[in-house]
Amino acid sequence: MSATAETHVHDDHDVHHHKETFITKYIFSQDHKMIAKQYLITGVIVMGIIGIMMSLMIRMQIAWPEQPNPLFEALLGKWAPGGVMDADIYLALVTIHGTIMVFFVLTAGLSGTFSNLLIPLQIGARDMASGFLNMVSYWLFFVSSVIMILSFFVEAGPAAAGWTIYPPLSALPMAQGGSGMGMTLWLVSMAFFIASSLLGSLNYIVTVINLRTKGMSMTRLPLTIWAFFVTAIIGVISFPVLLSAALLLIMDRSFGTSFFLSDIFIQGEVLHYQGGSPVLFEHLFWFLGHPEVYIVLLPALGITSEIIATNSRKPIFGYRAMVASILAIAFLSTIVWGHHMFISGMNPFLGSVFTFTTLLIAIPSAVKAFNYITTLWKGNLQMNPAMLFSIGLVSTFITGGLTGIILGDSALDINVHDTYFVVAHFHLVMGISALYGVFAGVYHWFPRMFGRMMNKNLGYLHFWVTAICAYGVFFPMHFIGMAGLPRRYYTNSNFPLFDDTTNTQAVITVFALVAGLAQLVFLYNFIASIFYGKKAEQNPWNSNTLEWTAPVEHMHGNWPGELPQVYRWAYDYSKPGYEEDFVPQNVPMKDGEEELHH
Amino acid sequence: MTTLLIFIIVLFVAVALWQMVKIFDLAQVGTSNNQVATDKDNKFNGYMMIGFLIFIYAITIASFVYLGDLPLMSNSASEHGPGLDNLMVISMIVIFTVQIITQFLLHYFAFKYRGEKGKKALFYADNNTLEAIWTVIPVFVLAGLIIYGLFTWNDIMNIDESEDAMVVELYAQQFNWKARYGGEDNVLGKANVRLIDLDKANILGVDEDDPNAKDDVIVTELHLPVGKPILFKMRSQDVLHSAYMPHFRAQMNCVPGMVTQFAFTPTVTTAEMRQNPDIQDKVANINALRLERKAEIEEAGQDLTYEFDYLLLCNKICGKSHYNMQMKIVVETQEEFDAWMKEQKTFENSLN
Repeated sequence: MSATAETHVHDDHDVHHHKETFITKYIFSQDHKMIAKQYLITGVIVMGIIGIMMSLMIRMQIAWPEQPNPLFEALLGKWAPGGVMDADIYLALVTIHGTIMVFFVLTAGLSGTFSNLLIPLQIGARDMASGFLNMVSYWLFFVSSVIMILSFFVEAGPAAAGWTIYPPLSALPMAQGGSGMGMTLWLVSMAFFIASSLLGSLNYIVTVINLRTKGMSMTRLPLTIWAFFVTAIIGVISFPVLLSAALLLIMDRSFGTSFFLSDIFIQGEVLHYQGGSPVLFEHLFWFLGHPEVYIVLLPALGITSEIIATNSRKPIFGYRAMVASILAIAFLSTIVWGHHMFISGMNPFLGSVFTFTTLLIAIPSAVKAFNYITTLWKGNLQMNPAMLFSIGLVSTFITGGLTGIILGDSALDINVHDTYFVVAHFHLVMGISALYGVFAGVYHWFPRMFGRMMNKNLGYLHFWVTAICAYGVFFPMHFIGMAGLPRRYYTNSNFPLFDDTTNTQAVITVFALVAGLAQLVFLYNFIASIFYGKKAEQNPWNSNTLEWTAPVEHMHGNWPGELPQVYRWAYDYSKPGYEEDFVPQNVPMKDGEEELHH
Repeated sequence: MTTLLIFIIVLFVAVALWQMVKIFDLAQVGTSNNQVATDKDNKFNGYMMIGFLIFIYAITIASFVYLGDLPLMSNSASEHGPGLDNLMVISMIVIFTVQIITQFLLHYFAFKYRGEKGKKALFYADNNTLEAIWTVIPVFVLAGLIIYGLFTWNDIMNIDESEDAMVVELYAQQFNWKARYGGEDNVLGKANVRLIDLDKANILGVDEDDPNAKDDVIVTELHLPVGKPILFKMRSQDVLHSAYMPHFRAQMNCVPGMVTQFAFTPTVTTAEMRQNPDIQDKVANINALRLERKAEIEEAGQDLTYEFDYLLLCNKICGKSHYNMQMKIVVETQEEFDAWMKEQKTFENSLN
């Protein structure tokens, strides 16, 4: 009975399918797989290239501040006359690099690509709950990206107050060139971005709750879906707070209110603002800002869980503990924001509370790391590029996460706050880790997205150069921070005290440049494989999850005929009693077979 | 010149990468490669994992050897400094122990259990005891660190106002620092940016009618008597700044519209610190490096020879010249301090 109903639905889809024009298929598409590709190409590839280029310019400026650099003049034009970078544009690069990488690449790019691609495919749904909202979400993101990039072309330059845009610096055009039109565009762009993110997140939540196929109970969900689901919930809880902070900041900037400003004397005049507090903005910002770290990280960890299990040919170790730790991290992530503000002037007692909650979050993180390592134990590891990036992620997640123990401790934070130690910490634990998650996901699901395989040898080359350079860049950076060097300095040459760090800075920059080149290998592999890659089999990695039961060809509705039914969890790899070392979720249980994880 | 060299290196690396791409591509001609890892790939990458583990250890050791003296982490110049450094050392030991063990397990397993055709993995999905163990161990370790950390934090941040501390105001503006002493009465006169009167040279907005303000002293170089508790009151007139005094393990943001505070007792005078062997090594090293860049430094109009001084740096992004917002700190004996203070003009006498 249900079979006929399903077939009927499918027929509807088929009819729909034939009506597709170029515009509805490739541009204003409502198909989740196409939207995922749109996010991948604009969010990850295009914005990623821009973000990485900026980071390389920042690194070159730090390493060789005095030398004119022809590259600067070529890329920055009037802001680098004669190849000498302007101090304002340096801060702008730092700001926009942070904004693009955190929000556009690792939030929208990562979740947008993989939540969209995998949620319907892995839970056995024909599409997202609302294809239309999904399309709107993407196009809001697109508009937001365009506005952010356009802000580079305004007279006084783009926003330059750091990605945290603390007022009063961000509120007063006379405090900084970038706080004029550039900051307005930043705020408008982020308003679009938040709208996009909320629509996307709501869609993911509704889809996971309502559209799971028969037999796909919550406890049988692959960990990818758990991660995307919880990420979407954190996004819905915290992004509106950033929106409110942005709106209040717009009010302060343009309508004379004093939410964040008080007692200001600048450029020879007293401003009228009275009674507001920048600390309030910091609270509002970090109420999003910290969960944001997990919005970036959790999807990457979800992807890693799936890829490590598949390529180890073993069940993920401790499925329930993994789900519990995702939930624990999500909950704790909303009550730790104050660790960014230990020395902001807030009450020291609050500092104690936030130290406590912050160090608590290390516990579920440790559980995850140990469970990954145990999953490898006695596995039969298939070293595909995706697997390498997943192992790499666990490695950087541990290295970067551990230094969080120092930064989360209010007393120790006094001395390393806002130094390069912080830069090293968060780049490893969320930047590099999440990027590895993106790369792992692209290598793993490329056949699902484009029907072709990526070249594995180029993948190996890409991974090993990137892995070595990532440590080469960020490991020594901790030590520069522990020597007390503040971040966001245009040049350190006014502080002879730090002269002994200059050689290390140069070494770091060389590693960064090589890492940048390694990404060209990926780019080449990615583009060439779309057109010339080897045709993919239906299930190239012998994986258990449902997306590999769908046909390789692009089709609206994902499965011809009935939706697959699910009988088991996603991790029956190398299960005793089976000839093959994998048992897909849609294979019924044998008589007397136990579902071991319950 | 260095830039040119770097570009050449980068160019060569690019060419090398391109060549490798070609070789990889050529190597695949004629093989029935479906782009899924083979036993050969597993073996190669398994060994690479061990190589990478060695690389991680090597870069750790290299960082400690070349960068690990960290004079700013070991020779603190304030009373609370050694306690904080101690906590830092303990945390670092914990971190590096965990780092070395977990990275070993991760990469060693990746090598040891590299895939082979026909091998089957162990179906091992759960073990509550194991998971309990690695939940409970971090709980205890972290509890220890939290408790130690909180005691240290409370010691530093609990400021006893009744204590016999000298009050100093740190005043931040784009892009410089001023310091204001309470004068003989050790009480700072009231101040607000609305009272700033540039014509009268009242640049800090000190209330001219407040009797406590008359003997206040405003300076551009911070002098502190050794062994005396100092209570800093921070103000900012325009944007957020952060008063960072790394040698004293002290930092606090300066927030427009409110007064923030931080207190410490300097324990080592500038002269004593200059005699410290670690600092002398550091200074000698810096001066050797500066000699290599002689032309550059002289062109920039700086002194070629560096001499150690305590510094107050701005550590919160505050605009274009954030990178050059600093103030020299001199810690000296009480007598030297008193003599210096005598030479300074009081607020009352500094007005036009």
